[in-house]
Amino acid sequence: MVGYGPAAHRLVESLRDKGFGGRVTVIGEEPRPAYDRVRLTSYLSGTSAEDLAYDVPEGTLTRLGTRVTGIDRQARQVFTADGGALPYDVLVLATGSAPFVPPVPGAEHAHVYRTIEDLDAIRTAAKDAAEGVVVGGGLLGLEAADALRALGLKTHIVEMSPWLMPRQVDEGGGAVLRRHIEGLGLGVHAGSGVREVVVDGAGRVAGLRTPDGRLLEAQVVVFSAGIRPRDELARAAGLEVGERGGVVVDPGMRTSDPSIYAIGECALAGGMIYGLAGPCNTMAEVAADRITGGSATFTGADLSTRLKLLGVEVAQFGAMTGALDVTYMDPVAGVYKKLFVSDDARTLLGGICVGDASPYASLRPFVGKELPAPPSDLLFSGAGASLDLPGDALVCSCNNVCADDIRAAVADQGVTDVAGLKACTRAGTTCGSCVPMLKRLLERSGVEVGKALCEHFGHSRAELFDIVRVRGITTFSQLIAEHGQGRGCDVCKPAVASILASLHNGHVLEGERAALQDTNDAFLANIQKNGTYSVVPRIPGGEITPEKLIVIGEVARDFGLYTKITGGQRIDLFGARVEQLPLIWRRLVDAGFESGHAYGKALRTVKSCVGSTWCRYGVQDSVGLAIELELRYRGLRSPHKLKSAVSGCARECAEARSKDFGVIATEKGWNLYVAGNGGFQPRHADLLASDLSTEELVRTIDRFLMYYVRTADRLQRTAAWLESLEGGLDHLREVIMEDSLGICADLDAQMAHHVATYADEWSATLDDPDKLRRFVSFVNAPGVPDPSIVFERERGQIKPVMAR
Amino acid sequence: MSAAWMPVCGYDDLLPERGVCVLVAGRQVALFRTWDGGLHALDNLDPFSGAYVLSRGIVGTRKGEPTVASPLHKQVFSLATGRCLDERGVRVPVHGVRLAGAAVEVEVRT
Ligand code: SRM
Ligand SMILES: Cc1cc2nc3c(=O)[nH]c(=O)nc-3n(C[C@H](O)[C@H](O)[C@H](O)COP(=O)(O)OP(=O)(O)OC[C@H]3O[C@@H](n4cnc5c(N)ncnc54)[C@H](O)[C@@H]3O)c2cc1C
Ligand code: SF4
Ligand code: FES
Repeated sequence: MVGYGPAAHRLVESLRDKGFGGRVTVIGEEPRPAYDRVRLTSYLSGTSAEDLAYDVPEGTLTRLGTRVTGIDRQARQVFTADGGALPYDVLVLATGSAPFVPPVPGAEHAHVYRTIEDLDAIRTAAKDAAEGVVVGGGLLGLEAADALRALGLKTHIVEMSPWLMPRQVDEGGGAVLRRHIEGLGLGVHAGSGVREVVVDGAGRVAGLRTPDGRLLEAQVVVFSAGIRPRDELARAAGLEVGERGGVVVDPGMRTSDPSIYAIGECALAGGMIYGLAGPCNTMAEVAADRITGGSATFTGADLSTRLKLLGVEVAQFGAMTGALDVTYMDPVAGVYKKLFVSDDARTLLGGICVGDASPYASLRPFVGKELPAPPSDLLFSGAGASLDLPGDALVCSCNNVCADDIRAAVADQGVTDVAGLKACTRAGTTCGSCVPMLKRLLERSGVEVGKALCEHFGHSRAELFDIVRVRGITTFSQLIAEHGQGRGCDVCKPAVASILASLHNGHVLEGERAALQDTNDAFLANIQKNGTYSVVPRIPGGEITPEKLIVIGEVARDFGLYTKITGGQRIDLFGARVEQLPLIWRRLVDAGFESGHAYGKALRTVKSCVGSTWCRYGVQDSVGLAIELELRYRGLRSPHKLKSAVSGCARECAEARSKDFGVIATEKGWNLYVAGNGGFQPRHADLLASDLSTEELVRTIDRFLMYYVRTADRLQRTAAWLESLEGGLDHLREVIMEDSLGICADLDAQMAHHVATYADEWSATLDDPDKLRRFVSFVNAPGVPDPSIVFERERGQIKPVMAR
Repeated sequence: MSAAWMPVCGYDDLLPERGVCVLVAGRQVALFRTWDGGLHALDNLDPFSGAYVLSRGIVGTRKGEPTVASPLHKQVFSLATGRCLDERGVRVPVHGVRLAGAAVEVEVRT
């Protein structure tokens, strides 16, 4: 037997168990008998080489520290490096594989991670080092990185693929994994590579240079960028080897020479190299059976893996693709679970887990079989999805569609997506408020197909947000080219526009971004049923001077606009044609008004009651705080609109508990309530924290908002977001008040950036002739008003008349 | 019925993936320039709302077909055929459009 690794060990054991009567000699290059390579890393944390070693079965002859250098197939003997020759009747190659070291300058100064001697060398080098780099972000690379970290080095991982562990997880899982690993303080450089290992004048490793010229400083560099089967002996002996390496074997593990077998990582079985201990052992058993006269075959192996690396559970089982997939993702808790199922959503094909590998145990047995329950139920266990609506519950109030109508569409007509439900029942076609409920019902019926935003992006909004943030993407074109397909639509374009705005601020109509906006954002005004627009200037806290009120009155009068006090404590002017918008806003901006963002998925209003300044019950200045908050968060683009209110005492005249974030004054400070909502599905806000000082309050709101902006779904208001957040309010409190994820500094910085870079969209537009050019009804007749816009009068004001 | 071509604007007046509206012999025509430089012209009237607004919708693709979504209630129309892709049987008229030098011309039927 050539090579004394785990595969050879299993073969020797198996031969003994089968009562093989011949003499077995094992020749191994390493200075010791086979040991448990899977547990190799524990050697660095104190497990001794003896603890790892396998017992040599009695009667086995071993030649340790001896390399085989050639095979003479005619004479049936092998030659060793020390000049010896040994005859054989049956030869087994179990030479394993060698780490792949890319041929870059300086590579000879780097380490590899395969044997006890390799680890000894790394340990010695780490003694005088502060930083380390591991090349390779696969299973072994991460293990090596963890080892360097444990040796006290600041460690970076460089991975060629765009995400870590590309063989076990898909892109979404990779993103979650990356977050875990970065959270542990490791640097991750995915989508990168190696140009050279930099060595200083004294021949010491100084770092690693990536292809873009960057230097990662490190005194220890470890290559773990894949393995190459050690087939050099077989090749030299004229045995058949694979195009990309590996000794070709038949299902009985026999090479092209019937008296030579190959097993383990050096064997190319069924066109595959198996780099896992399990299949290597199976091969050893098949070979032992054949050698002792049996007829066992190796027909491939399950490559499912489940491991815990750097404290993160990662598992993959079965196929990594399928007709349908169902994804459960909680980027906050760092959990990503995806199941692949057949196109009827019944048969499980495979799965990927990061952060929580429980489905591996419970579901792997079902690969290729009918699932015990709808896939979404299996993944979403716990999370709010357990809601079972009664059959007659009204789901879409616009179109009078109830839960059973939806279920019937799914069951009887085979509808599998929201678009299908819309076409079939009309639910969701009017105001769209019920679409999240439609999705939930689809999920409950077992047909939900992942969290893809739309046909152009397979990602959820939160995933896209991370991609944009982490990769520093600034344009839709780049994002869709690299992470999507097609040219986008009315779903993904505004969602991406909002992400870009949240992350980079900047004008929403700048450059290519103009083409991403809904008509409301495109004209910085709300479209009305007849194609006219409404104008809502910001009136922070509802406080307004008589002079400003007069200006609004004059503008409304001069342009003939319908005027109404809104439910948000401000004034809405309706009926403006596009070409009138800049003229109206010129007057408003000159009088000191700003955009109220009534058109944007952004902060709307911070309402206030009159508070302690005037009210006999008031305990704090609610108006002052409301204005401060509105000015701080104005212009913040978010997954959905944001509303707030501040009440000066517990009588709650400002209705703060129906807001996304609401503040109620106390004797000692402020109580902060979050995730309230009026609208389609009212929800009272939950008390997040009590008796905060103004400074603590603002900091907590900053983090609450930024955390929501980062992780919510498209058009998911804070109420729905909090309900879908695993761990709910407690989790939220831990993250933003106790910094359990270590992201608060980031959230704070992001908000500071927003506050520092805010600029009024309307005054910026008025200053830019290019943007103003778009405010015309007809490009070929700029002065002509749209003749289809007609009004009649009612109660002294205008009212649209529709042609039909 | 005869057809004539009428210049309506410069190609540069059209931003990629955004529409504009032009008046052609009293008719409102929505013009679109797609990502690949292609030109499309539909009636500006949104048949669902009765408002003349299609030129202000978001331009994109559905399964590769160029589309615009009504800015009012988001129904999606094919820029190539005018067909509504969300509700069968609804279609908006399509007009001929071409590039003549730097000018965009729309076909006028009388
Ligand atoms: C103008 C106003 C009604 C009024 O005259 O009072 C109004 C008008 C509209 N609301 Fe509202 N809402 C107005 C206060 C409210 C309130 C009350 C409040 O803010 O205190 C609510 C309930 C509180 C809440 O949001 O939780 C409210 C809940 C909604 C909803 C349901 C949201 C939900 O989460 O279910 C929508 C639909 C949506 O946003 O998807 C909506 C959407 C709209 C839209 C944007 C519908 C549309 O797409 O055209 C309306 C257009 C306004 C425009 O053209 O200017 N409006 N809307 C109020 C503007 C306040 C402001 O100054 O900005
Ligand atoms: C750090 C680490 C962690 C791992 N973790 C896991 C895990 O979690 N799960 C899992 O399933 N697998 C894991 N593996 C992979 C697993 O260890 C291998 O699949 C297994 O060791 C393969 O066994 P083998 O005998 O075929 O090859 P090897 O273990 O490579 O043994 C081959 C032996 O042959 C010797 N040899 C080669 N050529 C000659 C020659 N010409 N003359 C004499 N001797 C020669 C080599 O020196 C070596 O000792 C891990 C591997 C490493 C390195
Ligand atoms: S909430 Fe309290 S302070 Fe504010 S107006 Fe009402 S009673 Fe007065
Ligand atoms: S479209 Fe369903 S509730 Fe409005």
